[in-house]
Amino acid sequence: MDQHSFLFQAMIYLGAAVLMIPIAKKLGLGSVLGYLLAGILIGPAVLNLIGDQGQDIMHFAEFGVVMMLFVIGLELEPQLLWKLRHTILGLGGLQVFLTTLLVFFIAWLGFSLSWQASLAMGMTLSLSSTAIVLQSMQEKGQMSTAAGQSSFATLLFQDIAVIPMLAILPILAPMGAGATGDGTHGNNWINQFPGWAQTLITLGSVASIVVAGKYLIRPIFRFVASIRSRELFTSCALLLVVGIAVLMTQVGLSPALGTFLAGVVLANSEFRHELESDIEPFKGLLLGLFFMAVGASINMGLIAKQPLSIAGLVALLILVKGIVLFILGRFFKLGTDQSLIFTFALSQTGEFAFVLFSFASGAGILSNNDTQFMVAVVAISMAMTPLLMLLNEKLILPVTGTRIFVNEKEADHVPETDHPVIIAGFGHFGNTVGRYLRVHGIGMTILDHDSDRVDLLRKLGFNVYYGDASRHDLLHAAGAERARLMIIAIDNPEKRLEMIETVKKHFPHLRMMVRSRNRFDAYEQMNAGMMHVYRETLDTALRVGVDTLHWLGHRRYSAMRTARAFRKMDEENLKKLSSIREKEQYILTARELIEELENVLRTDRNSASLGQDHGWDEDSLIREAGKAQ
Amino acid sequence: MSRILILFAHPALEKSRIHKELISRAKNLESVYVHDLYEVYPELDIDLSREQELLLSHDIILLQHPFYWYSAPAIIKQWLDLVLEHGWAYGSTGKALHSKQMMNVISCGGSREVYQREGKNRFTVPELLAPFNQTAHLCGMEYLPPFVIHGTHRLNDTDITLSALQYESLLVALRDERISEDERKGIEYINDILPIPSAIQS
Repeated sequence: MDQHSFLFQAMIYLGAAVLMIPIAKKLGLGSVLGYLLAGILIGPAVLNLIGDQGQDIMHFAEFGVVMMLFVIGLELEPQLLWKLRHTILGLGGLQVFLTTLLVFFIAWLGFSLSWQASLAMGMTLSLSSTAIVLQSMQEKGQMSTAAGQSSFATLLFQDIAVIPMLAILPILAPMGAGATGDGTHGNNWINQFPGWAQTLITLGSVASIVVAGKYLIRPIFRFVASIRSRELFTSCALLLVVGIAVLMTQVGLSPALGTFLAGVVLANSEFRHELESDIEPFKGLLLGLFFMAVGASINMGLIAKQPLSIAGLVALLILVKGIVLFILGRFFKLGTDQSLIFTFALSQTGEFAFVLFSFASGAGILSNNDTQFMVAVVAISMAMTPLLMLLNEKLILPVTGTRIFVNEKEADHVPETDHPVIIAGFGHFGNTVGRYLRVHGIGMTILDHDSDRVDLLRKLGFNVYYGDASRHDLLHAAGAERARLMIIAIDNPEKRLEMIETVKKHFPHLRMMVRSRNRFDAYEQMNAGMMHVYRETLDTALRVGVDTLHWLGHRRYSAMRTARAFRKMDEENLKKLSSIREKEQYILTARELIEELENVLRTDRNSASLGQDHGWDEDSLIREAGKAQ
Repeated sequence: MSRILILFAHPALEKSRIHKELISRAKNLESVYVHDLYEVYPELDIDLSREQELLLSHDIILLQHPFYWYSAPAIIKQWLDLVLEHGWAYGSTGKALHSKQMMNVISCGGSREVYQREGKNRFTVPELLAPFNQTAHLCGMEYLPPFVIHGTHRLNDTDITLSALQYESLLVALRDERISEDERKGIEYINDILPIPSAIQS
């Protein structure tokens, strides 16, 4: 690609993204669907702006998935991973096994493929798309729900399962056909060694990532950080991810898995946030590129020729995967709604299929024609996922499982909507407030979007409405007209802002009290006109400060008073600093965080008189007594 | 042997010279319990049942505090308001504190001379302590003459040590019940019947 065409391509992709994402977001479709639509738009089927580069771009952009797993690893504490081990092995293992089995029989018996081709088909189609699922769920704030955790665990198992699958495919190849894959997995450096050595090298690489992450990478980053050049740090972070990906590819492992592991190892390091904020923009861009490439790669010509058989296959694929997922969801004790969310999220076949299919066709297991066909089916199934998740949310969830409110059809049950307080979000924050209010016998209505939690709370006799608390109709149903106070305790900052808007517009009489994560969150809420902003960490951190002073021998009462004075001062400074901030949306970088900290620390220094209670000070009296003598 | 409870209140003990010394000596005495109210209840969230138990298990209640604005620091008022419940400390059924003794232990900036009818402060210390006196009376307790340290702004380190010694001897005398009813009748300050270390007689 010469430079001109590179820039032209970049312009096309970025332009399509900038045009389509806001439209998709405004329509409530989510950014993944926006990217896919943008891809279709610029692809050969519609505008044909990207020529035949689509496949190349996709291979390049797959690296976004690798980066995403690195960032996810960074956010994941090893303990959590250990806790999830049963779900990963049990749920993930059964999902892959059962789907493979089912698809195998359908392909073998129903479509009379050879058993080798059927098995390749089964393995490939059992996988789901990490990129689409995690991105969509993060956007909807579902990662912390049971469905989110189960999806994550399943995807993780699938990532691991790709390795043995790649090992099995060559065995399935008919005699005579050389195992020539697509290059990324077929002819690795490792293949020149005998089997036992390959195993040793593979294990050694994984071990070396863990060991290097613990003992080598940190000193390197400490050194790089000491040079104080941001670009160097970014380069170093990129080098780390790329390096691991290359190493993993060389030994025949999934690069995504390797970087994920590195992320987990570095999750407890002091550079975690720095790494995250450095990799994040690359990850976002590449993932967007990846989704667009998927959109562009959908072979519209093929679809136009055989629309019915492709549609039928897509439907069959989603149905088969969906049945397995739903049954497993119920078997692993997810509630009906969580099972549905889990089912629709993972119902597609993922990006690994492109790799596995091209490998299988290269090895002669699948015919070229079948491969073309299946790639189209997979791409469409990926494009369908955001739509299906949306349909599930709007049409299916409201009428199944956890209802918006209990017993809405029972005539003798009048919903108690005259509660003075509505609490939106009953996680750790909301339930502490709620428990406290309940001790005082204050009637409250709870809004929550985690169906399992809603079911539990209802069992315990709480008045709970299920759904997205920023929706006007849900607030209306929950009796927002008659309530006096609204406590916004949900943990998604964007949803909180949406809620503030909705309440201001439809229920202006409601007094809102809003939880905020940190100063920046608080600024945005204040800019949205909120004055009652409660930073979740402020009081607790000051209590730690008070106890520290106590253990250092300070008086408890004095420490308590200075802490209160400090909090008051901090709240006032927050208001002052929020008023001098621009109203525009801030994109937070690590540098801005540091600048803000500097501002705050400087204002602190100006108030050295904090907690000086002159009323109890006898110095001046003693001086006066001295003079009189 | 009597058991003594010292209800101590100083909101800024780190700035105090005299009370630090008094408290550190009192703490070493057997059968004397120093209850540092501001340290135990920094948020003035006084634990009623614990306080009442403490009162029941002691015979002599001392309120030790600086004499801020002719009265006690805020937590003492809060303590009195909450702990001396009707039906427990006073009223027809409130006899829990009967026949116990109560006393103020205070430090004042002004000298004893200014706390006179003709002095700058126009009232004597016992007159200004009338609310405490009456509180003790209503609860059926004997109100003892106060222990007063005057002129705290002028005291040097030696004076403070001597005051502390005098306080220590008071606590021992009260504990060992060596102050007879006749002795304590009709005196203004309990200091007046204690041996006075020579340096603070001036």
